Amino acid sequence: MLVLENIRAGIEDKEILKGINLEIPEGEVHVIMGRNGSGKSTLANVIAGNEAFEISSGSIHLNNVDITEMSIENRSLQGIFLCFQYPVSIPGVSMAYFLQQAINAHRKNQGLDDIDAVEFLKNSKEILGELQLDNSFLKRSVNEGFSGGEKKKSEILQLLTLNPKLAVLDETDSGLDVEALRIVASGVNKFRNKGNSVLIITHYQRLLDYIQPDVVHIMIDGKIIKTGDMELVKEIEEKGYSWLEE
Amino acid sequence: MIDKNQIIIDKTLDQEYKYGFSTDIEQYKFPPGLDENVIKKLSEIKEEPQWLLDWRLKAYKNWQKMTEPKWANITYDPIDYQSLSYYAAPKRKSNKSLDDVDPEILETYNKLGISLNEQKRLEGVAVDAVFDSVSVATTFKKELSKHGVIFCSFSEAVKNHPDIVKKYLGSVIPYTDNYFAALNSAVFSDGSFVYIPKGVRCPLELSTYFRINATNTGQFERTLIIADEGSYVSYLEGCTAPMRDENQLHAACVELVALEGATIKYSTIQNWFSGDKNGRGGIYNFVTKRGICEGDNSTISWTQVETGSSITWKYPSVIMKGNNSVGEFYSVAVTKNKQQADTGTKMIHMGKNTKSTIISKGISAGEGQNTYRGGVKILKNASNARNFSQCDSILIGNKCGAHTFPYIDVQNPTAKMEHEATTSSIGEDQLFYCNQRGINLDDAVSMIVNGFCKEVFEHLPMEFAVEAKQLIEVTLENSVG
Repeated sequence: MLVLENIRAGIEDKEILKGINLEIPEGEVHVIMGRNGSGKSTLANVIAGNEAFEISSGSIHLNNVDITEMSIENRSLQGIFLCFQYPVSIPGVSMAYFLQQAINAHRKNQGLDDIDAVEFLKNSKEILGELQLDNSFLKRSVNEGFSGGEKKKSEILQLLTLNPKLAVLDETDSGLDVEALRIVASGVNKFRNKGNSVLIITHYQRLLDYIQPDVVHIMIDGKIIKTGDMELVKEIEEKGYSWLEE
Repeated sequence: MIDKNQIIIDKTLDQEYKYGFSTDIEQYKFPPGLDENVIKKLSEIKEEPQWLLDWRLKAYKNWQKMTEPKWANITYDPIDYQSLSYYAAPKRKSNKSLDDVDPEILETYNKLGISLNEQKRLEGVAVDAVFDSVSVATTFKKELSKHGVIFCSFSEAVKNHPDIVKKYLGSVIPYTDNYFAALNSAVFSDGSFVYIPKGVRCPLELSTYFRINATNTGQFERTLIIADEGSYVSYLEGCTAPMRDENQLHAACVELVALEGATIKYSTIQNWFSGDKNGRGGIYNFVTKRGICEGDNSTISWTQVETGSSITWKYPSVIMKGNNSVGEFYSVAVTKNKQQADTGTKMIHMGKNTKSTIISKGISAGEGQNTYRGGVKILKNASNARNFSQCDSILIGNKCGAHTFPYIDVQNPTAKMEHEATTSSIGEDQLFYCNQRGINLDDAVSMIVNGFCKEVFEHLPMEFAVEAKQLIEVTLENSVG
């Protein structure tokens, strides 16, 4: 599914990612853990194609297609979805309109006509119910005046609506109470299947109480320094990160 | 990123203006120049009564003593008023039956998407079409007259309803008001006239479509709308002009009078030619628009979408004389290339419990300069007056500018005033968010800008809200920054 080879990237002269190698096969959930400032969010942005970061070497492949130079929207159309840590608001644009624009961009790319309004509403209401959001949520402006929980639920709503091949969750567990965390996690579990992949970026294990990862990576100073399974998460919880640095 | 945006912006500036064609018809035109004889000749052609000629001449004398205002935040080459022609009309005489209108002109309006054929026209909209200096056709007249509504060209109103015209002409905008209003009063050639009788809710949207075609001609139209007690009217004006290398002057006056309990909604979609990317050509749009809420419980609401003209100088205002009267101003102004807009409103509170709302949205792209200038005045006797003002600006690219000049004068201590202002750029983060969902740059920009304008578009009649939205999309295509 996703293959990163020796990715070096940063902003201006500052190198943040210092040679990342990562392979996420179809059907697997991977976790990247690390302290603040270790480069985790940069990695998420580089995968999504954020042009604020410059890639100096290496390559990114999605399903054997080289996407290293691909535009942000084409990566999205190829199946990459980023759950934003801090989703921005777009005043005056309703969630319903925004979602339809996004769906139709994907449908157009697949040679399909725009989604039927009735079908759109039916699908959306189903997902809103699962996320315990009211139907009126669709009428609100994108992320405007949303609580922390609503912002993250809105991201999951979009994830389930667009049903991408790869979901990158950037600190999706931050700022959530236990109830919201449970709902968000169950949304991610609903998304998971044999044909897609998930990359979770976090510095806590709390989300991992609800979502079982297949592989766990530890990132320190722009490099993945250790890879393992849930046992590694427990070790980090007990001992922190210092024992991995020397 | 910056380089890429620059390329995209440059691409936009090369975009063609859709309405830039001109119509080749035989026309009758005054030679350039302005003096008393020109005004007398104009009045004579229009077979005007003596009182109107006298009024024009007084306005002209007054204008000669005035100087062009210099306070606006705009720069332009001096206008040579003697080089303009003050009257241009199609040669073929029209006595206002569609069969008599020059087919070339009908074709022009068809190309603009304005069918003057009643059957083909949008349901529920009556149109008065003004071509250069004269009104060429008014639709749905019979239907309207059933309700006692008068909707005709200004010239016809002078002939058929002289008492109403005499009573209200210049009552809201006297010819002494300002330089351009004085000029208009002296030389206005035509325009629209509306009278809604007592208690009548006008059954159709009324619309005037202004088209400048002739070269080196000033367009000076005058609109007068009177809503009698308890009546309601919604009125819309649209404007386009051919692409020409020289600047053309447009100096209009619009007067609105709302009597007790009446409501007037006046919407404008202004898309005059805005000049090319080097700022060559385009319309100089110096317009005076003002309404008076003469009676208690009356409402005047201005909504404008300003995308065209190389210079826009325009402040649709409301004088709230009646108690409990309401004044509203909703505006979207877009400037790109080298366009300059200095626009806003004046809300003058005279009556008790009067209430005004100002929502202004300025969008600047390219090297466009966008100024909001708004005055709120609460007079001594206007107890419990309220005003809410919100002025938001959005910048696209880094060569444009947004400016805000609010003036507030409160003479009554019970007044409540609120003013909010924001300026923002279309954020890289907003674009990244939209792109990440698969939405491309053009669609993302138009979505963000339309969201920004939503509060204004909501006040346009439905058919025109769609038109306005599309206009903004076309105007800003490829203008990401």
